[in-house]
Amino acid sequence: MGARHCLSHLGGRNDCGQNMSTNTTAAPRRAFANIDLRAVAPFFALAVLFLLGALVNTNFLGIDNLLNVLTRSAFIAIIAIGATFVISAGGLDLSVGSMAAFVAGTMILFMNTGTVTGDYALLGVAMLIALGIGGLCGLANGLMTTLGRIEPFIVTLGTMGIFRALTIYLAEGGSIPMKSQALRAAYRPVYFGSVAGVPIPVIVILVVAAIGAFILYRTRFGRHVMAVGSNEDVARYSGVSVNRVRTMTYVIQGICVAIAVLVYVPRLGAATPTTGLLWELQAITAVVIGGTALRGGVGRIWGTVCGALILELVGNIMVLSDLVSEYLIGAVQGAIIIIAMLIQRSLARR
Amino acid sequence: MRKLVIGLAAAAMASAFGMAHAQDKSVTMAVSIPAADHGWTGGVVYHAEQAKTKLEARYPGLKIILKTSPDGASQANALEDLTTQGINALVTLPHNSDELTDPIRQVKDKGVFVTVVDRALSDPKIQDLYVAGNNFELGRVAGQYIKDTLKSGDVVVIRGLPIVIDEERQKGFDEGIKGSEIKVLDRQFGNWSRDDAFKVMQDYLSKHQKIDAVWCQDDDMAVGVLEAIQQAKRTDIKFVVGGAGMKDMIKKVADGDAMIPVDVLYPPSMIATAMELTAANFYDQLPVRGSFTLDATLVTKDNASEYYFPDSPF
Repeated sequence: MGARHCLSHLGGRNDCGQNMSTNTTAAPRRAFANIDLRAVAPFFALAVLFLLGALVNTNFLGIDNLLNVLTRSAFIAIIAIGATFVISAGGLDLSVGSMAAFVAGTMILFMNTGTVTGDYALLGVAMLIALGIGGLCGLANGLMTTLGRIEPFIVTLGTMGIFRALTIYLAEGGSIPMKSQALRAAYRPVYFGSVAGVPIPVIVILVVAAIGAFILYRTRFGRHVMAVGSNEDVARYSGVSVNRVRTMTYVIQGICVAIAVLVYVPRLGAATPTTGLLWELQAITAVVIGGTALRGGVGRIWGTVCGALILELVGNIMVLSDLVSEYLIGAVQGAIIIIAMLIQRSLARR
Repeated sequence: MRKLVIGLAAAAMASAFGMAHAQDKSVTMAVSIPAADHGWTGGVVYHAEQAKTKLEARYPGLKIILKTSPDGASQANALEDLTTQGINALVTLPHNSDELTDPIRQVKDKGVFVTVVDRALSDPKIQDLYVAGNNFELGRVAGQYIKDTLKSGDVVVIRGLPIVIDEERQKGFDEGIKGSEIKVLDRQFGNWSRDDAFKVMQDYLSKHQKIDAVWCQDDDMAVGVLEAIQQAKRTDIKFVVGGAGMKDMIKKVADGDAMIPVDVLYPPSMIATAMELTAANFYDQLPVRGSFTLDATLVTKDNASEYYFPDSPF
């Protein structure tokens, strides 16, 4: 029973549908049509939002505004790509926002020590350190969930508090700014610069998403992630090292958080107590809007990126419109997200 | 005669002992404040810690227990815990008025001297001493400055969070610009966060082709606003008025930065003022009961050095 559930899930996905569905010859063609539409649905919702935005304010379609929004969505998009792995494998990570603040804080503190000479060398080392810290934070989450056999919700709720408190402790209650203005100037283009008109953070989203999609859809590890998320027991009996796969997803999440931080720090050049506040909720929302199931077993990287974009667009449209009182923006945002999900569902049923 | 001298000496001795005794008198002061969740509250924690060190050195018998709480509910719990330790005085900056009025009343009922800082309780009869900044004035002074400087023009406003403090500041601002040609194009919430203020400002810049000045009432948010303006390479914005007195912004004012010509004070060090006054009540027998409202001083290039604390985190 469990096996069939797992296989139909595995077979249902676009990419490895071929190799797995040979086992389930009875799988109806209709299932394929469903899945395809579901994958497209978030993009449809995005298109509807674009239309709404254009109606609300003519400046919405201005290239500057669209690039602003795209660039701003980078943090959530990149973190959410990591979250897609964790959630696909049946896990959850609530600590990403605090982790981002912690990684940003330690990275800036290292840069302020100036132990490496040369701005670019210092930046390079600082980036590697950030990635290392992110990976280690993820590893800690992963090991506590798997080896400690504690619910990921509890583990990451705990580390969420720990990372946040550590950041505030390091900042002595204030913010951690980059001290060297020269270094700040050297680092600034990573957020504000662009290559051939495309802002660098957007390129980072695309690269991270492409790598993420490759790992999730084209590698054995990716297939194991899905298998673990669909049915842990079946995966274990099939010889998949469930704990190792789960732990790895948290490490990937940690590295994604660190990549987001690499793009975040040059923007305002500081880690503050509000850095990364509620990013965990936004990341999870982006993943779900993108069509990944919260129960695990299905993961859609590009859908996730689209989800992050939708979240950022909703906020942008709200500020650009004059229709909604500033007190009601939260309610309208919530409603738009629910409607976007309803549009998706109705598409998927057809 | 001899008797008198001895008597005087004894009296002098006794009063000297009495003095020493007064300094050693054992008083426990609890300080309950919000955790450092943004720059300003970070400053509150910093100044409370500084004041604790200073006061405990000055009055050897004084014991100060400092407790930070992340939200109103946990602050209510913290107040209970502090009371059971047997305190003589409570200095508190409540998370919010409604939720914490009754917990503070319970502390008061135990005979504790209560000093309330910044956020007024729903029932002002509870407090012995009230020390606060002036939110209405913070808005009014900023509005007045914009009115005096611009005379006429288009201004965008970034608000904090939808709470009483923010509401009062908005009212003050409207009062400040009243009777001028200043037009407020937009008001949106930036949640007292640099990142959110950056976003809101980016969107304002897309939405409005001409903006003369920005009022964002908080220096943390001003950081995000400045970055957004710099990115958009817009030159129509003449200046940004923040508020609170963050050291980076005070420095900009002192350095004569054209974009940050002034700052409006709402100092987190008011917690230290409250602790000093409370200690004075116990050790120096100074009359302190009442309300103590700090000015929302306009910081300009001339007086900026008075308000610059390079060591503070805020």
